Amino acid sequence: MRTQYPTNLKVLKVPCSGRVDMVHILSAFEEGADGVVVAGCLEGECHYKDGNIKAKERVVKIKRRLVEIGLEAERLEMYNLSATMAASFVEMASEMTERVKGLGPNPLKDRV
Amino acid sequence: MIVAEAKSLGKIKEMLASHKRVLVSGCNTCMAVCFAGGEKEAAVLAASLRMAFKIDGVDIEIKEMSVQRQCEKEFTEPLKGGAADFDAVLSLGCGAGVNALADMLTDTIVYPGVDTKFIGITESEGVWASRCSACGECILDQTAGICPINRCAKNILHGPCGGSQGGSCEISRDIPCVWQLIIDRMKRLGIMDKLGGIRPLKDWSAGLNPSKVTKDERDK
Repeated sequence: MRTQYPTNLKVLKVPCSGRVDMVHILSAFEEGADGVVVAGCLEGECHYKDGNIKAKERVVKIKRRLVEIGLEAERLEMYNLSATMAASFVEMASEMTERVKGLGPNPLKDRV
Repeated sequence: MIVAEAKSLGKIKEMLASHKRVLVSGCNTCMAVCFAGGEKEAAVLAASLRMAFKIDGVDIEIKEMSVQRQCEKEFTEPLKGGAADFDAVLSLGCGAGVNALADMLTDTIVYPGVDTKFIGITESEGVWASRCSACGECILDQTAGICPINRCAKNILHGPCGGSQGGSCEISRDIPCVWQLIIDRMKRLGIMDKLGGIRPLKDWSAGLNPSKVTKDERDK
């Protein structure tokens, strides 16, 4: 299947969404990312037992921290999809791109 | 271990707003274990503060430097040089760590980044509970290893009060009556006779501050 997703999305590979730490996501925003998507495996299908569940809980916590910082919580989202779900990946990328466009650029970017 | 909770970002921002260069210092022993102020939490907090101040338009430089243990000079020595270029240090150590840094950094303001809660145990992943009040004179030999000073709301020493209901403390059904726990355990161990004696008044002065423990070469 050949599909296209918005070119503004930069993919960073990690072994499991459970590897994604608060500091990674905050660093992305600090360096000027307009939005961050954590793409984990489908719930119940984590190769490492429950990494995606941990990531989901972490994302909730980080959203709260983003608000405390003064950024919109909507700039961060977690999606669950498997490696074979290309259409869902494109949908996720497009949805987040549109959302972030609506929110405008990361306000930290002007001040870097 | 010592258990603490991180202060809110808002509170920390208030403390630091008047400074220009702040060093966030994590403590990698107890504070790392209870996820309140280890190296990772220091990195997260420093990044959060940098972003929050930047959004507010406050010009402040924030860096982080963690040590293994803030309560021991041997480990805090690197902070002496590290803090030289900063006008304030935010310590993520427990209260003892903050005091130790304040003693060492005579010309730098040291702020606490966590609220120190208690000496406790890890009950389960992410759950800690208070178990010792550092009262200075341990009576656990008389209470089957379960502490009424720490775990009884009234700190009573001679058995349960009238508020012990169905094994729970009157202040909350979720809190077990520690005297119920003590008596159940004593019965199980066959040492109930230990409860019968009359005890002298507890010497509360043994745990009063300021206190110091000194050991000379022969005791080590």
